[in-house]
Amino acid sequence: MTSSPLTRTPEGAARNAVEVRMEGLSRHYGAVVALDRLDLTLQPGELVALLGPSGCGKTTTLRLLAGLEDADTGHITVGGKDITRLSAAKRDMGMVFQAYSLFPHMTVRQNVAFGLRLRRVGAAQRDKRALEMLDLVGLSTQADRYPHQISGGQQQRVALARALAIEPQVLLLDEPLSALDAKVRAQLRDEIRRIQLEVGITTLFVTHDQEEALAIADRVGVMREGRIEQLAPPTEVYSRPATSFVAEFVGLSNRLTGEVRGGEVTVRGRTLPLVESNVPDGQVVALVRPEAVTLASHTAPEPGPLVGTVIAVTFLGATSRVTVDLGDITILAQLSTSDAAALPAGSRVALTIRPDPVLVSADAASAGPAAEEEA
Amino acid sequence: MAAVTALGETPAAESASHPRGMQSRRRRRLNLFRYVVFTVFGLFFVLPLLAMARFSLEGAKLGTWSLTAWRQIASYQGTGIPPLLSAIEITLELAVITCVVTLALLVPTMIWIRLRVQWLARTMEFLCLLPLTIPAIVLVVGLGRIYNRIQHYSLSALMLFWVYVILALPYAYRALAAGLSAIDVTTLSEAARSLGASWFTVIVRVIAPNMRQAILNALLLTFALVLGEFTIAYLLLYTNLQVELYSISRNTPNAGVLFSTSFAALLFAFALLLILSYAGRRRRGRG
Repeated sequence: MTSSPLTRTPEGAARNAVEVRMEGLSRHYGAVVALDRLDLTLQPGELVALLGPSGCGKTTTLRLLAGLEDADTGHITVGGKDITRLSAAKRDMGMVFQAYSLFPHMTVRQNVAFGLRLRRVGAAQRDKRALEMLDLVGLSTQADRYPHQISGGQQQRVALARALAIEPQVLLLDEPLSALDAKVRAQLRDEIRRIQLEVGITTLFVTHDQEEALAIADRVGVMREGRIEQLAPPTEVYSRPATSFVAEFVGLSNRLTGEVRGGEVTVRGRTLPLVESNVPDGQVVALVRPEAVTLASHTAPEPGPLVGTVIAVTFLGATSRVTVDLGDITILAQLSTSDAAALPAGSRVALTIRPDPVLVSADAASAGPAAEEEA
Repeated sequence: MAAVTALGETPAAESASHPRGMQSRRRRRLNLFRYVVFTVFGLFFVLPLLAMARFSLEGAKLGTWSLTAWRQIASYQGTGIPPLLSAIEITLELAVITCVVTLALLVPTMIWIRLRVQWLARTMEFLCLLPLTIPAIVLVVGLGRIYNRIQHYSLSALMLFWVYVILALPYAYRALAAGLSAIDVTTLSEAARSLGASWFTVIVRVIAPNMRQAILNALLLTFALVLGEFTIAYLLLYTNLQVELYSISRNTPNAGVLFSTSFAALLFAFALLLILSYAGRRRRGRG
């Protein structure tokens, strides 16, 4: 399957889409707090991705919503109806799991039709619907195969078709791509988004892969220690992170010591605007994205705060990451590969930092040269 | 120069061929060892069976052949004991009842423990394996009082199924535990639940069909155990197949029917084993 342009179909978004509201959800495992009074609302037809490190509570959130675990406190409403105490079997949610979850003793077609069979849909209609769903994920030719006879990527597509076959109110995706190789992952990621837009279903997607989350979500929720640190569109999460944790978790950041004065921060002689204007004056660590750093050949012998030597160039495809030694610290810059080719290791370069708003961290006192390296 | 090269090459070639030669010698020795072990153990098992078959086909005069003992299976009646055929029937019925009860108890319980109360798994394992460590005589002493009560209501040997279920627990448990550990029970059940399945449907339509081979293995072990059980039936004064054979042997030590019936029971167990393993393999091949 090739991915189609990821545009929302208005009629799809409007059809049957419901709002999902989670309020004050908490979940403890003994002394460990997995979820701490979490509030999250998914708009009808919206795809929200929860992103965060292991143990941050993203999967717990999804499992509470699915009814596979019970919340200690809080409420969940779907389409205005309180489902907090409803069992998983009655919640009307389609779910795709991280592990392959197809029933091994059933064919692909039987797997997709399983939920319909439980709903006592007639055999002919069940079969028709199963084939429609398989067609949606591009696997109608594999209908009579058993799960072990198809690839991992195909199994996850069938799982998606099975989840959608019952026409659920909400689609839950629990790291469905993490067991797949990079190429299949990217392909299936786009396909999930295409289908989600086509069906117009409210979707919660849990992942630890920031690229995945930023690529397909309408909004990304970055989680830490059972709470959402920031919930915003992907571009905002990336370019205007709400906290230093978000800035460091989403993308790479250079940690550079600087001084805040009058709502601006001065980093190595360069003055940059701040994301938050109410930062008190004093020493801080500024978080600067590698793509905000540009490099140019520097032939003059005199040193400067933003003059250094290229020590490594990492090829990433269309772009390259260049590591520059400034004497007291190293700094990362992300350039197009053609620009980076002109700056081999050992080149003297002058750095320019683009005046994008930067986030500052208050732990400036503890930030020495080593801490100023790549986060 | 050529001589030097040749001289230089010879030891290298030798040293290269040396390990290969040693390896093939070692492999040959290992193969020989395997054949010897296989033959010795094969004879150890097959010779008594052949002897049993030969005895069951012994004619009236020594050295002659006859099918009389095999024909007698259906009609043999010893003095003071029930007909052989009724002992066979009761043993087969017992085996079926024991299999059904054991599986009906164990399969849902084990799945439920795996899914919902994992902390009970160790206790369950301990309880199920316990009968292995208790000698039959101790079991009989313990169960004697209960069977006294049971015998007030029914004297049928079918009542032995209570104790046979206990005896079969360790074997059936091990077989089922192996099957359960081979599938991702949690994910499969959660997937089924999210699609609207009740717990009953999860167990019956999702998990159990994926434990087919394990269930067949548990079935076979339980069946074989009941077919061969003597001690408890004898001590509790019931007559099953083994007790019947023992009684015949005491009254008529040379009766050919002893050998034909024992051999038939063995063949039956082997046939069952073949059928069950074939059924399991067919399923695996398909599914």
